Amino acid sequence: MEVPILKQGAFLIATFQAALSDADLNQLRMGLVQQVVRFRSRAVIVDVTAMDVMDSFASRTLREIAHMIRLRGAETVIVGIQPEVAFAMVQLGLTLEGVATALDLEEGLAYLNEKFKVTN
Amino acid sequence: MTVGEIRVEINSDQDIVVARQRGRVMASELGFSSGDATLIATAISELARNIVSYASKGEIKLKGINSSSRAGILVVATDRGPGIADVRQALRDGFSTSGSLGLGLPGVRRLMDEFEIASQPGQGTVVAVKKWRQ
Repeated sequence: MEVPILKQGAFLIATFQAALSDADLNQLRMGLVQQVVRFRSRAVIVDVTAMDVMDSFASRTLREIAHMIRLRGAETVIVGIQPEVAFAMVQLGLTLEGVATALDLEEGLAYLNEKFKVTN
Repeated sequence: MTVGEIRVEINSDQDIVVARQRGRVMASELGFSSGDATLIATAISELARNIVSYASKGEIKLKGINSSSRAGILVVATDRGPGIADVRQALRDGFSTSGSLGLGLPGVRRLMDEFEIASQPGQGTVVAVKKWRQ
């Protein structure tokens, strides 16, 4: 399944779909890091608004994406975790420690614009 | 309401997605709230992933159930994989033999209301979980 990655100035925006398989997530992990390198992006926003299930594999992949991107010198913000998904994640004992999160895309962009003082 | 029984064969990571989507639909049909349907779908995802990771293939059965006073859903994950030598250890947070997070089974137990596991080394594993409608 194709995950659209938009370039917005110094940032990339990746919009995750509901029905991502493990293979899709693995592919995305490499794809995103490669795009960060290609566009010399400062940050990546991962929009998970459409994801109705965030299991252990998906949340571990998100954490790995964030850590890989950090090693590249850029930042990741996860936006749009639905309240029900957040509840299930807590029950499962899943955390996104060390990864920035924001309510939605708008908040995520505001956070990054403030942090990098850029105007997109 | 009668919602029949659904079996989803689990052979690949794609089937994990299919199983949890079917589970969410069935949970909604059984009258579960959207929040509970998310918990059920997440539990199914973890159980199906265990099958793919440890046993390569197996099956998830979904079924609407009734007790005297309430309705619920039964999820049974069956595989003929290597089985679990120490079930008690596998139910402890942080234990894993496949390099994963090891949160699978204890997490599933927290997501659902009832949890049963039977495993025989060399024979396979059956995990049966239930959630009752609020």
